[in-house]
Amino acid sequence: MTQYMLAVHDDGSDPYAPDELQTVYDTVDKFNQQLQADGYWVFGGGLKPIEAATTVDATGDDVITTDGPFAESKEYLGGFWIIEAPDLDAALKIATEASKACRGAVEVRPFDAE
Amino acid sequence: MLSRSDRSTPNEPDLLSADARVHAEIERIVREEHGRVVASLARRFGDLDVAEDAVSEALLAAVERWPVDGFPPNPGAWLTTTAGNKAIDRIRRESRRDAKHQAAMMITDDTPPEPTGPVEDDRLRLVFTCCHPALAPEARVALTLRMLGGLTVAEIARAFLVAETTMAQRITRAKAKIKAANIPYRVPEASDLSERLNGVLAVVYLVFNEGYLAGSGDDPMRIELTEEAIRLGRVLRELLPDEGEVAGLLALMLLTDARRAARFAGGELVTLDEQDRGSWDRTLIAEGHALVRECLERVAATGGRPGQYQLMAAVNAVHTDAADARDTDWSQVVALYDQLMAVARTPVVALNRAIALAELDGPDVGLALVDEVALSGYHAWHTARAELLRRLGRSAEARTEYDAAIAATENPAERAHLTRRRDQIVR
Repeated sequence: MTQYMLAVHDDGSDPYAPDELQTVYDTVDKFNQQLQADGYWVFGGGLKPIEAATTVDATGDDVITTDGPFAESKEYLGGFWIIEAPDLDAALKIATEASKACRGAVEVRPFDAE
Repeated sequence: MLSRSDRSTPNEPDLLSADARVHAEIERIVREEHGRVVASLARRFGDLDVAEDAVSEALLAAVERWPVDGFPPNPGAWLTTTAGNKAIDRIRRESRRDAKHQAAMMITDDTPPEPTGPVEDDRLRLVFTCCHPALAPEARVALTLRMLGGLTVAEIARAFLVAETTMAQRITRAKAKIKAANIPYRVPEASDLSERLNGVLAVVYLVFNEGYLAGSGDDPMRIELTEEAIRLGRVLRELLPDEGEVAGLLALMLLTDARRAARFAGGELVTLDEQDRGSWDRTLIAEGHALVRECLERVAATGGRPGQYQLMAAVNAVHTDAADARDTDWSQVVALYDQLMAVARTPVVALNRAIALAELDGPDVGLALVDEVALSGYHAWHTARAELLRRLGRSAEARTEYDAAIAATENPAERAHLTRRRDQIVR
């Protein structure tokens, strides 16, 4: 079994129309329940907008705390799932369902097992 | 095949040629067996790197031992056993260094050494891993040629005109991704098979095309690539005998390759209508025609729709059926392109349909259709326009189009052909 992160990116614009939002919540909720029932679920959730991010850097002598994201980018992580699947083919199948449910492209990345 | 009795002693006069023969035979065996041996080791050890390294070591051992000891009765089995032992040695060495690998010590080969049937063949698993959609397209091609074809990294790099280090990196990165992302070593489920198979066939056809009309480089054709593609096509056909598209792709490659000798003369490309049809390879054509007939029968029996490779093979069957270019059954060619438009509507198919229709309904009709296709900058589009304009007597425009076609291709033989055609037009 390999753990994968399924990441959904968000470009800051409102991705869903107001009437679409409830449908997406419902389909994602249903998808999450299915993931749990199938035993693939590890963790998952949506993130608050990037304005809510704080960056902490303790690599130097002083701890530097800054408002905002680590790197300026057009797209930020909007939400993610962590799943456990037998192999990439299984993970890609789950990602297909995830993409349909949240109506966004999903990036599949394996966790480093070392 | 050479046997012990063929071995030369230093007193024999043909020592050198015997040595060369042994090495040629070793090379042939390696090509033939590489995919099978790597595939079987990859299944056993679950790791492409381990498999590849072990097979390389076994090949070195073969090059050392076989000229001295003679060929083993079953070279493939010898290579598999030797490579298996090398892999276990390596795992033992590493497990001594690294406790995490202790478990690997337990590995024993509990599967039967001989494949039980075509579908059980490990090579099929391997090809689906190498052509996995999660890998970059150029990495799929490189991995397939390396693992299944047994080509060296240097050979693949040369064939695709990239630096050896670049190609080595491409292959290393792909293998690392297979491992990190846990890309399975498995034949896809029935529900995914046809889509995934299309990906595999695309890789093989790309290798063939890269060899058949080399886009760049000094050679108009790279035979090592067309031959390798056909060999892979035959392996797939052996592994998946009931898949129409597999038969279709093999037929397409055979019927195209059958015209190889006639395609170039004096460093110049010779177009289909001007080719010396007497030099076409009749054996390959017969084999290709038989495959196309088989596809037609399968489609008729199952009521399915033939896929793009079967249709392209059928087009080539019509061409190779005509003893003279004037005997070509163009209405059938157009009908096949109509079907092809329904299953794979691409600009290139539309272009070829327009060219075929020009033969049936005249150059003006053909040109109008060619102009509708958005392929400006593609050499074949400009060539088609040039030829049709020429037939319509629009010489100045034809000349300009020949220039555009020449600028759009780097193939030396095609450039020579187009230059001659252009220069025939009187200013």
